[in-house]
Amino acid sequence: MATDSQPATNGIAVDVRGVNKSFGSGESRLHVLKDVSLQARTGEILMLVGPSGCGKTTLLSAIAGTMGVDSGEIDVLGNPLHRMRGGALTRFRAKNIGFIFQQFNLIPTITCAENVSVPLLIRGVSASAAKKKAREVLDAVGMGDRWKDRPGKLSGGQQQRIAIARALVHEPPLVICDEPTAALDAKNGEIVLDLFRQVARAAGRAVIIVTHDNRIFSYADRIARMDDGCIVDVHRTDPRETAHFEHEVPH
Amino acid sequence: MIGLALKMLFGDTAKYLMLIAGLFLATFLIVQQVSVFCGLMRWTTSTLKNVGAPIWVVEERVEQVNETNALRDTDVARVRSVSEVAWAMPVFSGIQRVRMDDGSFKTIQLIGIDSASLAGAPTRILEGTLIDLRLPNAVIVDELAVERLSKGRPHPLTLGDTFEINDIEARVVGICEAKRSFTGGPYVWTTYERALQYTPPSRKMLSAVIAGPVEGVSVDEAAAAIEKATGLKAFVNRGFGENEKDFNTSTIWWYVRNTGIPVSFGTTVVIGLIVGIAIACQTFYAFVLDNLMHLGALKAMGTSSFRLSMMLIVQAFTVGFIGFGLGLAASSVFAAGAIERGQPPVYIPWILPVATFGVILAICSLAALLGIFRLSRFEPAMVFRA
Ligand SMILES: Nc1ncnc2c1ncn2[C@@H]1O[C@H](COP(=O)(O)OP(=O)(O)OP(=O)(O)O)[C@@H](O)[C@H]1O
Ligand SMILES: [Mg+2]
Repeated sequence: MATDSQPATNGIAVDVRGVNKSFGSGESRLHVLKDVSLQARTGEILMLVGPSGCGKTTLLSAIAGTMGVDSGEIDVLGNPLHRMRGGALTRFRAKNIGFIFQQFNLIPTITCAENVSVPLLIRGVSASAAKKKAREVLDAVGMGDRWKDRPGKLSGGQQQRIAIARALVHEPPLVICDEPTAALDAKNGEIVLDLFRQVARAAGRAVIIVTHDNRIFSYADRIARMDDGCIVDVHRTDPRETAHFEHEVPH
Repeated sequence: MIGLALKMLFGDTAKYLMLIAGLFLATFLIVQQVSVFCGLMRWTTSTLKNVGAPIWVVEERVEQVNETNALRDTDVARVRSVSEVAWAMPVFSGIQRVRMDDGSFKTIQLIGIDSASLAGAPTRILEGTLIDLRLPNAVIVDELAVERLSKGRPHPLTLGDTFEINDIEARVVGICEAKRSFTGGPYVWTTYERALQYTPPSRKMLSAVIAGPVEGVSVDEAAAAIEKATGLKAFVNRGFGENEKDFNTSTIWWYVRNTGIPVSFGTTVVIGLIVGIAIACQTFYAFVLDNLMHLGALKAMGTSSFRLSMMLIVQAFTVGFIGFGLGLAASSVFAAGAIERGQPPVYIPWILPVATFGVILAICSLAALLGIFRLSRFEPAMVFRA
C-alpha cells in the first residue's frame, strides 16, 4: 500500500507530538487538546475512547488533515501535516485517507457503486474504471449484489458497509472512522467490525477508530484512552481474548 | 465529478423542476414581453415601410411619422427644385373612418399618393393592378382590410366592391400586402387629390413629401441638401439603427421617450427578472444546504474547492440551459401564434435571445456563487459532527 514517494516510517503511520488545540478566545476559550502525543502503527486498529467532549473528534480531525492545530507536530505517513496548507492538504487527504463517518454520509441520489467510486473520481480516475473497481470492492464487503441500489434502500449496517467500501476503494494507507458503529445495532456492528479487522490486517494499513461503544473494544489492537484533552493511557488488548460483540469487555 | 454533479442535481427531482420552472418563467416573461414591445415599436414605423421612399421631408418640428404637421402645397415644388433631388412627390397619411353596412365604424390608415407617378404605392399587389388606382373613386386595400371590412357582407371584400370613407364612395381595384399600422387599422391607398376629398376639411393637409436623390448623390447628401435649401426636415428611410436622421429611428425613440409603453413592458420584464432570481437563487441555495453534508464529505475526502465550485457551476448552468431552452421554445410558440393571428405584434431581434441567455446565465452564476460562498464557509472538519 506504500505509495510512491512515501518516506520510510518504520511502521509508524501516524505520529502526533505535543499537539495543542483551542477553540474560541478570551473568557470562552476552550483548550480541547492539551499537549497530546500518540502513535498509530501500520497493520493495527487503534481505538480512541473517552467521555463525550474530551476531544476525540478534534484529534481525529487533526490527524485526518481536515483541521489545523495551534502547536505541536503531526506526521502522517511521513507527511508533516502541521506544515502543509490548503491545496497540499486537500491532495494529501485525497490520496492517503479513507473516511468513515458516523452517519455514513452516502449521497442519496446516486447508486451504491457510484458512491463507492467517489474517492477514485476525486483522484481523476475515469468514471467507468472507477465503477469497475467500486464493484470489486463492493463484492469484497459482501454488497456486490446491491451495487445498483440507492443507499436509502439499505439497512444501516448495509449502508455502513457501502461506506467502508468507499473508504477502501482507493486503497488508502490510513482509514479514519468516527463512531462507525454508533448508528448500528449489535449484529450489524459486529459484521462491520469483522470487516474492519480484515481490511486493516490484510492491507497492512492503519485504522483509527473513535468510539464510545465499549462492545467493540475487543476489536482493537491498542486502545488509547482520552480524558479532558489528554491521552491518559494506551494499552494493548489481549490478543488471546476472543472478542465478541455481544459481550461487554471489562475495563 | 461533473457526472456526479449532474446526478446529484437530477436526483433531487423537486428542486430540479423548481429551478427549471423559475428560469423558464424568467426567460418566457422577458422574451415574450420584449418581443411584443419590439413588435409594437416596429408597428410605429409601418407607414415608412409601406410607403417606400428613400427620403421623407416633413415640417421641421416633426419627430415621428404618425404625427405630422401640415406642409404647404408649394413645398413639393421647393423640394423638387433642390439639385440633388431626382424626384419629389406629395404624400397624405391620416386615420379615417369607414362606415360598415351595420352602421358601425372602422378606422383605416388612408394613404394618398401622386396619381401620375404613383410614388409610394404598395410594393406587392396581390389582386388587381396598380394603375387602376387612377380610375374614379379607386382604392387599393391591404389584406387586413379584407378581413376587417368584410363584416356584414355576403362575401369577403373583393375587387369591384365598394365602401364609404367619410360618406364618400371608395371602390376596391386592388388588394396588396402591407405591414400593420400602429393604430391597428388597415392601410388604404388612393390618389393624393382623392385622399383630400375623403378627409374632413379641417384635416386636409400635405403630410410629407417623399423624394429620391439624383444618381451619384447619396440619400444622406440629398437629405442634407433638402434641409439646407428648404428649412424643412428631411429624414432618410433606412430602418431602425444608430442614425438619428433616420425616420424609423426617430419615430421609435419618440415613442420610447414620450409614451408609457416602455415602462409598462419594462415592469413585467423586471418582474420576470425578480421571479427568476428569487426562485433560482433560493432554490439552488436550498439545494446546496440540503447537500451540504455530502459536499462537505467530498471536501473532506479531498475534493478541491475549485472542483466543488465547478460542480455547483455545472449544476446551476445546466438548469439555466434547460430553463432558457424551454422558455425560448415557449416564447417562439407564442410568437408563431401571434404572427399567425396578426395580434399582438411580435418581433424578436436576434439580440433578444442572446441577451436573455446572458441574463439567465448571470442569474445562474449568482445562484452558484451563493452556493460556493456557503460551501467555502464549511470546514471539512464539520463532517465529523453529525
Ligand atoms: N469547531 C468548534 N468550535 C468550538 N468548540 C468546539 C469545536 N469543535 C469542538 N469543540 C469543543 O471541543 C470539545 C471537544 O469536542 P470533540 O468533538 O472533540 O469531543 P468528542 O470527544 O468527540 O466528543 P463526543 O464523544 O461527544 O463526540 C467540546 O467541548 C466541543 O464543544
Ligand atoms: Mg466526537
